[in-house]
Amino acid sequence: MAYFDLFSLKGQSAIVTGASSGIGAAAARTLAEAGARVVVNYRSSEADARALCDTIEEQGGTAIAIGADVSKEEDVIGLFDAAEDALGPVDIVFSNAGLQADAAIGEMSFEDWNKAISVNLGGGFLVGREAIRRFRRKGLREEISPALGKLIFDSSVHQRIPWAFHANYAASKGGLKLLMESLAQETASEKIRVNAVAPGAIATAINEAERDDEAGRNAMLDLIPYGRIGEPDDIGRVVAWLASDASDYVTGQTIFVDGGMTLYPGFKGNG
Amino acid sequence: MALDGRVAIVTGGATGIGYAIARRFLHDGAKVVIADINERAGAEAARDLSEFGEARFVHANVAEKLDVHNLLASALDAFSDVDILVNNAGIVHKAGFLDLDVADFQRVLDINLKGAFLCGQAVAQHMVEKIRQGGSAGTIINMSSVNAEFALADQVGYSVSKGGLKQLTKVMALALAPYGIRVNAIGPGSIMTELLHAVANDPAARNTILSRTPLGRIGEPKEIASIAAFLASDDASYMTGQTVYADGGRLALNYVVPVRNDED
Repeated sequence: MAYFDLFSLKGQSAIVTGASSGIGAAAARTLAEAGARVVVNYRSSEADARALCDTIEEQGGTAIAIGADVSKEEDVIGLFDAAEDALGPVDIVFSNAGLQADAAIGEMSFEDWNKAISVNLGGGFLVGREAIRRFRRKGLREEISPALGKLIFDSSVHQRIPWAFHANYAASKGGLKLLMESLAQETASEKIRVNAVAPGAIATAINEAERDDEAGRNAMLDLIPYGRIGEPDDIGRVVAWLASDASDYVTGQTIFVDGGMTLYPGFKGNG
Repeated sequence: MALDGRVAIVTGGATGIGYAIARRFLHDGAKVVIADINERAGAEAARDLSEFGEARFVHANVAEKLDVHNLLASALDAFSDVDILVNNAGIVHKAGFLDLDVADFQRVLDINLKGAFLCGQAVAQHMVEKIRQGGSAGTIINMSSVNAEFALADQVGYSVSKGGLKQLTKVMALALAPYGIRVNAIGPGSIMTELLHAVANDPAARNTILSRTPLGRIGEPKEIASIAAFLASDDASYMTGQTVYADGGRLALNYVVPVRNDED
């Protein structure tokens, strides 16, 4: 197959969780641009999810909005049922839905902890497990992809870099790393590829307040050797690549997309 | 209050009987999700009714399975539960039997009958799951019509759909009885909604309606809402599988009654 054809997702269906904004929305757009039919999952922002579907449809793609809370088992199963009903068997799943519930450790409530763990890590488990079940049920379709299915997690640089005052978030992302790697090991022989993207500082609503403040913005930039804050599309493109046959021999990997944040720039000329 | 803390979905709740039911449920202490295809009227209804309690609008076409899924997801996201479903969304299409286009027949059945099935199934599945986890049973109300019994020659799909709803109500009642979920229907006669306004303003048509209405007047939406409130409440705890007709006495009447012209 010609090199550029390997990037095409034509004839495939994808589910993106938490796709009504930010990285999820960008990934949904890019996957659609690559030819996949896309499920835009949302929890409460139905209007945003529907607007994104309209944009994708205007650009000639296919997208539908499906509501589900990824931290609830019944919702996740319902999400896959509705997706298969509407678009047929699912080939690609980007488990992206996540949140922060920040607090210094002394002030962090058990509720804060559970919130981050249940959505970021629990949701990753529920979505990942359901994706693998459905990939198996679908069976291999070699004319569409040499892989039985592609599962991609949205992790974070904080699966590697400790993050004070965000212990619940960092713990959830650290957990995701070994969840991803264990699932990859467990299912590679079935030709299921499981990978993760680990974004650095990306311009989304999650860090909007920090970016709007000049001091906050400079503090962020100090951590980024490449000298700019990332855009959601920077992540979307890597997700589309991981979902494509161009990355067919890649599994169990985390791709850090962080402008060099994990290079520990503080050590440049120091330490 | 009879419905304190319960969460209700009312389809077709932006106007007419559905709006009156949403209002009454809020008044009785429930939180209400109004589902409708009319975005503007739905948003307005939710805003207007907010003074009585927590009301949300969700755009949904009950004939679309995906919309129904998203409706339930929205209700659960907003209020974490669903205790009451009122399958009220319905449309009419007037055409003689000999001339009726199959697409128009299908459209009416899709919304009136298939919509009640889709919403009923989705909500019932949620309720059963909740009961398995130790939660309380909910209840479902279908909006039928006297036309479940009487036929209209120029409302083919409508008459057939309402007849179907009567049986759907019984089927669901039997299927869900083991879980304690009650399913009933309401069969209104002539009720003063926008649908009927045009007819009621035509003296001849009004005369025809009232000659078949022993109580001598057209009903109000709130007189249907009060039945819905009763059926949704624990006061109706031993009722399931029934269609309750509120028709000013029409079903009991063989011929016609003299029409009083109070307004003349």
